[in-house]
Amino acid sequence: MMQMQAKLDTIPAALSVAPASIVKMQAEKLSVYYGAFRAIAEVTLPIHDRHITAIIGPSGCGKSTLLRAFNRMHDLIPNARVEGKLTLDGEPLYGPGIDVVDVRRRIGMVFQRPNPFPKSIYDNLAYGPRLYGVNKKATLDDLVEKSLRGAALWDEVRDKLHQSALALSGGQQQRLCIARALTVEPEVVLMDEPCSALDPVATIKIEDLMRELRNNYTIVIVTHNMQQAARVSDYTAMMMMRPDRAGEMIEFDLTRTIFTNPQDKRTEDYVTGRFG
Amino acid sequence: MPRTSFDISISQLKVNLLDYGARVERVIGESMESLKTRDRALAEAIIQNDALLNETRYELEDQCYTLLATQSPMAHDLRDIISILMVAIELERIADHAKNIAEITIYMGNEPLLKPLIDLPRMAELCQLMLTRALDSFAKQDADEAKAVAAMDDEIDNLYKQVFRELMSYIVEDPRTVTRAMNLLFAGHNLERIGDCITNIAERVVYAVTGRLEELNVQRQI
Amino acid sequence: MSAVGQSASRAAQPILPRGLIKTKNRHHTRRITNLAMLGMTAAFTLFAAIPLIWVTVYTVMTGAKYINVEFFTELPASVLQGGGGVSNAIAGTIIITLIAMTISIPLGILAAYYVAEKPNTRLGLVVRFATDVLAGVPSIIIGLFAYGILVKPLGTFSALAGGVAISIIMLPTIVRSTEEMLKLVPRALREGSLALGAPDWRTSLVVLLPAALAGVVTGIMLAIARGVGETAPLLFTILGNDHYSVRQIVQSGVESGMTPIQILRELVLSPTDALTLTMYRYSQDPFPERVQQAWAIALVVMVFVLGVNILTRALTARRLAGRS
Repeated sequence: MMQMQAKLDTIPAALSVAPASIVKMQAEKLSVYYGAFRAIAEVTLPIHDRHITAIIGPSGCGKSTLLRAFNRMHDLIPNARVEGKLTLDGEPLYGPGIDVVDVRRRIGMVFQRPNPFPKSIYDNLAYGPRLYGVNKKATLDDLVEKSLRGAALWDEVRDKLHQSALALSGGQQQRLCIARALTVEPEVVLMDEPCSALDPVATIKIEDLMRELRNNYTIVIVTHNMQQAARVSDYTAMMMMRPDRAGEMIEFDLTRTIFTNPQDKRTEDYVTGRFG
Repeated sequence: MPRTSFDISISQLKVNLLDYGARVERVIGESMESLKTRDRALAEAIIQNDALLNETRYELEDQCYTLLATQSPMAHDLRDIISILMVAIELERIADHAKNIAEITIYMGNEPLLKPLIDLPRMAELCQLMLTRALDSFAKQDADEAKAVAAMDDEIDNLYKQVFRELMSYIVEDPRTVTRAMNLLFAGHNLERIGDCITNIAERVVYAVTGRLEELNVQRQI
Repeated sequence: MSAVGQSASRAAQPILPRGLIKTKNRHHTRRITNLAMLGMTAAFTLFAAIPLIWVTVYTVMTGAKYINVEFFTELPASVLQGGGGVSNAIAGTIIITLIAMTISIPLGILAAYYVAEKPNTRLGLVVRFATDVLAGVPSIIIGLFAYGILVKPLGTFSALAGGVAISIIMLPTIVRSTEEMLKLVPRALREGSLALGAPDWRTSLVVLLPAALAGVVTGIMLAIARGVGETAPLLFTILGNDHYSVRQIVQSGVESGMTPIQILRELVLSPTDALTLTMYRYSQDPFPERVQQAWAIALVVMVFVLGVNILTRALTARRLAGRS
């Protein structure tokens, strides 16, 4: 039974979309400004629960900017502001009385380059829970193991939990970062080009991991690699830069449709590698 | 930004396919000619030539696989290559049907025809026209034209029904004609199958152009 | 037939000659030029290194013979008696440096953190500018400043005044090196922490500072080396004290029933001495033995500063090696 489940999990994304799924996050006319400059213009995009949504598009089209708006990473930039509506389970994420810490706990993020803290593997993973007041060793141990198992890294590092995380290989480091994001038990995991610094073998491992995580988490991935979007995602959003340099979403559909029969000519040009 | 070398590869592949299609189209006419004029030498030549036609199909297939494996084609490119692949297979099947007709010519030997051939050459001509137009629609990426081509299959089917009825009446009248009638019926059947293959080609054209997989001629008969 | 993948590359006519060129002459000239240039750079390098080597060798040769255990453990003896040591100056230098570190390290790191975090705010720019200016202020002026704000109001020369003066000398080095190190910490690291919901201060304390730690320590060590080598700011602040002895102050303090805080006050607020200051005074002394002791002190200070520098280099090298 378990084996069967495992097999089902690894069915290519495009073939296994449940027809009716719940919308976990919804962006509505979401715009991001840096001062007077509009980086993202009125993006309306549903993120389906327990599915993988890929955001693709040429460089500079605002993919990462959009992704960062999802867990309010723009709060860090002094003159950035967000307009429009963004909801998680129907609740707005921007607005008075919303604690950004809470938003980021529920919506985790994995970055382009593996960024483990210069600490031991264990401390990397315990960092998040400790932030939220979990200090009991037994509980921490459990969380560490659970998240490492979740990120398919447990067997590789179980004997060296107290060694520096920086001694791991690039691919392992990135899986550690995924595990670290999982330690605070998020509902959504945002991934900003998670494989761009990795070799093909490590990339495939991360992609397999994403397909497994999809059973329990909602994943949004920004990627330059169209093949990757095609391989892992269930839905794909295509973004482009408008003449005024603001990024907009031009097409959103099932991944299989985007990659076999896109409706927008620009999407077609992009996925066939003719964009320039 | 065009993908120059990839684009050249795909257009070359298309040219190769159209070239192949033209050769197959010719064979349909030649096979009917061999039957009509009882030209056994021509029939022999057609049968020998079929091996070459089969080979071409494998070459085309191989070229498609190479592009699929090395270029990761997407969207229209993907549909184009898949369509070329499947059209090549249909063309080879058409050539086989034509070869079957040539084999009938040889099988019949010097035996006189049961009746002057009228409907069968008409069918063959229709097949040739259909195939030419189908390949044209692929070259021009014209889905409407492809649908119009598929509609022509009805006419072929009707002619086949007519041939069938006519030959049946011969057999009923004089059971000794059964072998000769069956030969012609079999030739007709091959032509009818060619029409079906061309309908499939038209479907591929529609897929390549629109991305929609649809059956074009539903009331088609087996 | 198989035209797929056919490439239209035509062999271009080469512009440069093909094959190996065997011109004996050219090869020869090139080698000679090469050797000449190499010889010249080596000569200049050696020339630049001469002062350092000279100073080192001369100091070692002159100073080493006057160094003995007494030199480190005894207070200065009267010139007529002969012998004695500079334990007062060693203790003073240590105490002054500790005071300077206590002030400049936290202050420097916090200022550096601010400058690194908010480089373009008004305060950030002011702090950076002030740091740069401070680095260029002659150290004797800093000594005068400490005299003005501490020695005069307190009515006494003191280790505290010396420590404050040295801390001001050390501050720019610490601020600049820490700032650079914090800037080197990848942005991604900070984001990784913030994305887990960590507040800013926690991110800085738990993630950024440890990541920059090796570099920050390097900066601090260089600052200490600089501070220990300073003389001018001490002229107006610690006066010099032949009898400064930590042991004696603690002993007499305990005997007269002073609290530890009071003892510490005594240590910090007494006039004290420092190695560089003693060296400066001794070098001008008419008694040859004092001049010889000055050479010995020079050797001790030099070894310390060199040692710190070498250690720093080693730390930096290891950090760089670890990064690649």
